[in-house]
Amino acid sequence: MAERATSFQYATLTQQRETATLGMWAFLSTEVLFFGALIAAYINYRIWFGAEFIAAASMTKVALGTANTAILLTSSACMASAVWSNEAGSRRGAVWWLVATAALGVAFVGVKFFEYSLEYGERLVPAVNFDSTRYSGATEIFFTFYFCATLLHALHLLIGVGLVGWLIHRIGRRGVDDGPATRLIGLYWHFVDIVWIFLFPLIYLAGRNG
Amino acid sequence: MLAPPNLSYLNAKTGIRSWLLTTDHKRIALLYFASITFFFAVGGIAATLIRFELITPGPTLGSPDFYNRLFTMHGIIMVWFFLIPSIPATMGNFMIPMMIGARDLAFPRLNLASWYFYIAGGIVTITALLLGGVDTGWTFYEPYSTFYATGYVILTVFGIFLSGFSSILTGLNFIVTTHKLRAPGMTWYRLPVFVWSTYATSLILVLATPVLAMTLIMLLVERVFHVGIFSPQLGGDPLLFQHMFWFYSHPAVYIMILPSMGVISELVPVFARKPLFGYEFVVWCSIAIAGIGFLVWGHHMFVAGQALYASLAFSFLSYLVAVPSAVKVFNWIATMHEGWIHFDAPMLYAFGFIGLFTVGGLTGLFLAALAVDVHVTDTYFVVAHFHYIMVGGAVMGYFGGLHYWWPKITGRLYPDYWARFAAILAFFGFNLTFFPQFILGYLGMPRRYQSYPPEFQVWHVLSSAGASILAVGYALPLFYFSWSILKGKRAPANPWHATGLEWTTPSPPPPANFEETPVVIRPPYQYDREGNPLMQADNG
Repeated sequence: MAERATSFQYATLTQQRETATLGMWAFLSTEVLFFGALIAAYINYRIWFGAEFIAAASMTKVALGTANTAILLTSSACMASAVWSNEAGSRRGAVWWLVATAALGVAFVGVKFFEYSLEYGERLVPAVNFDSTRYSGATEIFFTFYFCATLLHALHLLIGVGLVGWLIHRIGRRGVDDGPATRLIGLYWHFVDIVWIFLFPLIYLAGRNG
Repeated sequence: MLAPPNLSYLNAKTGIRSWLLTTDHKRIALLYFASITFFFAVGGIAATLIRFELITPGPTLGSPDFYNRLFTMHGIIMVWFFLIPSIPATMGNFMIPMMIGARDLAFPRLNLASWYFYIAGGIVTITALLLGGVDTGWTFYEPYSTFYATGYVILTVFGIFLSGFSSILTGLNFIVTTHKLRAPGMTWYRLPVFVWSTYATSLILVLATPVLAMTLIMLLVERVFHVGIFSPQLGGDPLLFQHMFWFYSHPAVYIMILPSMGVISELVPVFARKPLFGYEFVVWCSIAIAGIGFLVWGHHMFVAGQALYASLAFSFLSYLVAVPSAVKVFNWIATMHEGWIHFDAPMLYAFGFIGLFTVGGLTGLFLAALAVDVHVTDTYFVVAHFHYIMVGGAVMGYFGGLHYWWPKITGRLYPDYWARFAAILAFFGFNLTFFPQFILGYLGMPRRYQSYPPEFQVWHVLSSAGASILAVGYALPLFYFSWSILKGKRAPANPWHATGLEWTTPSPPPPANFEETPVVIRPPYQYDREGNPLMQADNG
């Protein structure tokens, strides 16, 4: 016997859950094309400028980028554990895993902004203090892409932190979430993580094989 | 007539809040109808001024700069604020849940949000146009749009960016609704073709719009911060902008035409009282058009300097996308063969669509041919071609659908005589407006020019004369539709003898669409020997 749905347009709760999940996947497909367009344009210039882009890429802070990759991958593991705990009915587990997820997300953004401050110090920020006497035009284009991509990614991550915060509040107050929300936010979080998994090698690693 | 009206979505709640905060897909469709009609009027006024300006070879109304701003405004408003949302956001919003036997779309609040995004984008763009407009053309080509254009590029682009959210949310809602909210017995092959068409359209909305969004962000970054992305003087590649822009904007043409094809596929079987010929072919052709449509964008760039081999591939793919379009045309004609054809107003629009779309499609093949394209690139031949598709095709389908579903939406009938007159007038006005432009273009008249050699004047005058007839054809429905709301006869549940689920419920429909969830027992467009409709679900 199916449970009754909570919104009038659905017949059963299962249908409501499946609908919400499909909606999130459809939204993520939009996001794939959104970041995909930026990445495609970046790769176009990466091939076109070749050596100049490799030289520019070597100015990025690969240690911080690697640390951030580790932080974000760990946050995804926490998110997966939160979803699992929630489904297993553990309110405490879900809340603490979500707190860890959000904390790691904030840590990522912190490291990222520290990295920005170093780049600011080296006069590498286009439109703000880019030193075109020291660096080439291709370097400026590289850093324009770098800031566009990482800022958009950080914005998505902060939205994710907001959603996780809302979820912590909700589960903390009402107990484990029996709707699709936890799973959906989990999907979103993993997607933001995957975007970084594409950005990290493209920005930091490409050409750095010496 | 004196009996109290039944409870319907129109009178279930009253007051301005009940409209602005509604989550009922039918009411949101009406919100879209009102706002889209406004933008259609604004774009139409711009078109009228353009045709007025071009009656004489020299400047008539204002400076060349004024003219540049005029055609840019016409393009932007018509593309993003009328054609893209036109059929999906209005008739799609209203009819998709009704056709599949659902009580609403999957995400009613997102649906309302999409309208607010549309309105926000519209307000920002209209503000930019009132402040002085832009002169880039609707295509915002680089580096002109970032380093040379003097108008309100930033504001306009931001308005278009906002309206993109509306597209994405609508498309997402339709995809999920079609997958998950179909009534019992409503299998994929029992879906009305209109649902399949809007489904294919939604795939494009969801997958192409984000690319435009990113392209516009990059354009804004370059214009606001003066850093190089596309501009050659800063090391960028202006062709990359064109690739990215057309990666959205060519599929956008299919966003405009596919829903119209869906409307025509509804109209032809109903007014020929026959099943649609080759249903499976028609629906898979919609999907094929949506898919192949993503791979043809380079035919906008044959003379822009892209590689010859790329041009060859894009030319071939552009021919390929014509195949499913042609299959549809043949299927509509085959449906009418030995049918019992009723010449009601919606069917007249369908006839108009089929003829004009065929002309537009065939001239598209001229443009897809590499050598011919060199001769007619950026001439009035191109202008005439895409107006045959977007106005002759998409807008004819919009009016056809509007006349078909009007009794369902409002619960009122309109004067059929006037409606047929408007349809015929629009057809003749359209041809007189745009056929001379094929000739003009072939003779060498470039697009987007205010002044032209005097020997072209006769064609321009013919075109402007046609535009005045077309304008009357488009304005007439405003009058008789208004009359029908006030004084029209009450519509029965199924005035056209159609077979879809939307016709099994009263006109106008009750707030939850159906008294009980219908159980679908047969495919659409089935008729018995006397031409009586066999409904998809037995009522009650």
